[in-house]
Amino acid sequence: MSGSEVVIVGGGVTGLSAGWWLARSGVKVTVLDKFIVGWEASGRNGGGASHYSSPLFDEEQRLWPQMDNLLGYPTEHQKERILIAMTERQWEQYRFVAARHQRLNHPVELLDVKQVQEAVPLAGDNCFGGVHYKFGGHANPQRSVQAYAWALQDLGGTIHQHSPVTGFETAGGKVTAVKTANATYGCDAVVVAAGPQIPQLMAQLGIDIPLVAARAEMIITEPAPMMPLGGVDGHKLYGRQTLRGNLAYGGGPHEWLDVDADGPAARPSTPLARNLARRLAELLPKAAHLNVIRSWAGVIENSPDGRPIIDRLTSPDNVVVASMSSVGFGLSPASGHAIRDLVLDGKCSFADIDILKLSRFAGLAPDWRERRGWTPLA
Amino acid sequence: MELNFTGTDICAINGTRSPAEAHYDVVVVGAGPSGIAAAREAKLAGASVLLVDENPVSGALMGNDVPLYFGGRMTAATQNSERMLEAVFMSMPALEQAMEAGIDLLLGTTAWGVYRNGPGVQSLPEQVVGLADAERSWLVGFDRIILATGARDLALAFPGWNQPGVMGAAALQMLLTRYVAFDGHRVLILGSHDLALETALIAIEHGLEVTGLVEVRAAPQGSAELIAKIAAAGVSVHCNTSIASAQGGINGIEAATLTNGETIACDTICTAVGLIPSIELVDAMHGPRVLDGLRGGYVPHGEENVSAVGLCAGLADIGFDHVEYRMDWTRALAQVCASDTIICQCEDVTRADLLGVQPPNYLDRPPAMCARSLETLLNDGPANQDQIKRLTRAGMGVCQGRRCRDQMAMLLALESGQPFGTIPLASHRAPVRPLPMKILADWNEPAEMEAAWDVWFGIPTQWVPVEDIGTPYEDEHRGMLYTGMYE
Repeated sequence: MSGSEVVIVGGGVTGLSAGWWLARSGVKVTVLDKFIVGWEASGRNGGGASHYSSPLFDEEQRLWPQMDNLLGYPTEHQKERILIAMTERQWEQYRFVAARHQRLNHPVELLDVKQVQEAVPLAGDNCFGGVHYKFGGHANPQRSVQAYAWALQDLGGTIHQHSPVTGFETAGGKVTAVKTANATYGCDAVVVAAGPQIPQLMAQLGIDIPLVAARAEMIITEPAPMMPLGGVDGHKLYGRQTLRGNLAYGGGPHEWLDVDADGPAARPSTPLARNLARRLAELLPKAAHLNVIRSWAGVIENSPDGRPIIDRLTSPDNVVVASMSSVGFGLSPASGHAIRDLVLDGKCSFADIDILKLSRFAGLAPDWRERRGWTPLA
Repeated sequence: MELNFTGTDICAINGTRSPAEAHYDVVVVGAGPSGIAAAREAKLAGASVLLVDENPVSGALMGNDVPLYFGGRMTAATQNSERMLEAVFMSMPALEQAMEAGIDLLLGTTAWGVYRNGPGVQSLPEQVVGLADAERSWLVGFDRIILATGARDLALAFPGWNQPGVMGAAALQMLLTRYVAFDGHRVLILGSHDLALETALIAIEHGLEVTGLVEVRAAPQGSAELIAKIAAAGVSVHCNTSIASAQGGINGIEAATLTNGETIACDTICTAVGLIPSIELVDAMHGPRVLDGLRGGYVPHGEENVSAVGLCAGLADIGFDHVEYRMDWTRALAQVCASDTIICQCEDVTRADLLGVQPPNYLDRPPAMCARSLETLLNDGPANQDQIKRLTRAGMGVCQGRRCRDQMAMLLALESGQPFGTIPLASHRAPVRPLPMKILADWNEPAEMEAAWDVWFGIPTQWVPVEDIGTPYEDEHRGMLYTGMYE
């Protein structure tokens, strides 16, 4: 299909990576985004890149260390992570996790309190121990999203921002064009990677995609002295120290939302910032005096089992749907590769991703959302 | 692998939030003349009223130019919080009268966020304002909130502006009249509209030497009456010129050179070109606002339960277009700024890197990166200050963009050839003052919050390694980790 035209609906990290991978294969790519690339959850998240639960894990790990070079723009990718247990129960859980990683041949090392303090200068003696992941890592979401976008443009791809998709034209069992308010883009294939708006878009093609969106929040501090390893979390927080030194952390209860076809109406942060600040002050007590200077929220969609949906439909048969179910940023180098393979070859070349097929939800009860309590507050 | 769902998501926010510690009919933020008047009026109408004011702010905050542009010209006395509390309280007799009228008054107390249910959030038990003092933070519920947060300084970059002694007019007035803690003697003032003229007169009244006013336009801009007073005081207004650079030493500013070639000795350069209505709280809560150049820029639109009074609601409309005036200054200073002039002091972002949309110096700049610029970014769509902020880090520092946000907006308008205001205002976010983590922290959170706390969504199948699905390890995983720790 080299030389063909693919339209990508959604300029988040997944759509942009897919576009970049397709452009690398000589495909003419057009990305349509409702606002600015990476403006939703792709550009506002913890930046983690350690998704060992995914079939895309090996490819994620292989690619991240190369991404700066492959894209030609900085992503701030840094290797490895340390998790610190702040309660006896967490320490029990983290040791279980460490043993599981050893069984799966993911290199990890247990750290006692003294070793945690040596490895993490901002930690205190109030912890129970830690686990050093000698794999995984983290990157800067905003910078990485822009890097994909620019790299895609450098390969001849086109990005139309401020261009929300309104619908599709179909003929002969295929989508033949994607429509916005002002233009119609003819295409040989379509990738729908529009995050929380995927269900509304796919409903236009008669396809039911079970996804529900929720809001999650993060806080960020002024710069702290640089730690040797920035990927430090634990204590039921996720986050990182940026290369500038800021501590950016999230976690805690989420709020389920209804998101309409226009996307999230707002991304308000809430006083949850105080609960995050408390846990971060406990996790990194030597940084507890530092100022929190921002908080923010993002809206993320989840599938019923919390795993991505990456699938090429059978009818229309030129549509690939991709929701990363709240774990999209870190997996993006690999998800883009998988989507490229599905668009061009109909099959993922580097991993068995059948577990990510939409058909696994065929027998889903119609009231699945209510059964899980994934319903918005009145 | 059907799990037994109960209709409740135990990791959702529902019902887990900390309650407010108190509730008032009316909370007034800012105890200046307008805030006190609004509080008294509400009290007279029978409401319970809480009046909070962040002054005196800590020496540490002042050192970061928060909330005003103090420019390092406060005396060591500002490190003594009790002495400052006394000075601030005594400087305004109306504060004592407000207390006597039955208004609950909290000084040294910051309002750092206002929260209410609306689009994207329905989980708040009530609308609350987040408060903090030197010890802790807490939430207070309200029926109505009146924002009397005043106006803050517009900072402007020129070569040498990033050294002690360059400050703003609101900060200078605050240090002279409320804190009684200004550490300078000879002041050069930029601007000649009423703000600059009034600031000069206050400085003279407090025994300072005003070494001149500088005006980019052809004539002094303020009211004839104020101009006459300045002339009577023997202070000259240098028109048709702007500051070209500032020279200084270890203690900061020593002199300023104007574009007309004059050099003026001074220890302080006071930027008095404009005041920005302090709309941080309104903007961070997504309250409606409008751009009104005659009232000093973006001002709150006003709502039934969230109102603004005083300078926060906008400067007095006297038919003077403040935005146009500031743009004239921006154009003039664009001529004197060099590529290496710092625009964002917190993050060390130069003018060249801002307009080149380049990443900070600790990152590599490969050839593709160097080929990018504001110009290439504009090919993708209209400029957006938040996007540029994220890429360059300009405005991302500990002063929370107070020194560069507004001048960056003007510079981007100028460079992209767009009228000011067509580029969206860079977002404000809570906490709207830098707050130490241990102060912001909720140390008394309900048990329900801890019970619902998971690192991510708490979905029992989300983090099972793909190899383990369908094996006994899957149950083991769920038994150990569900709920509360999906890393």
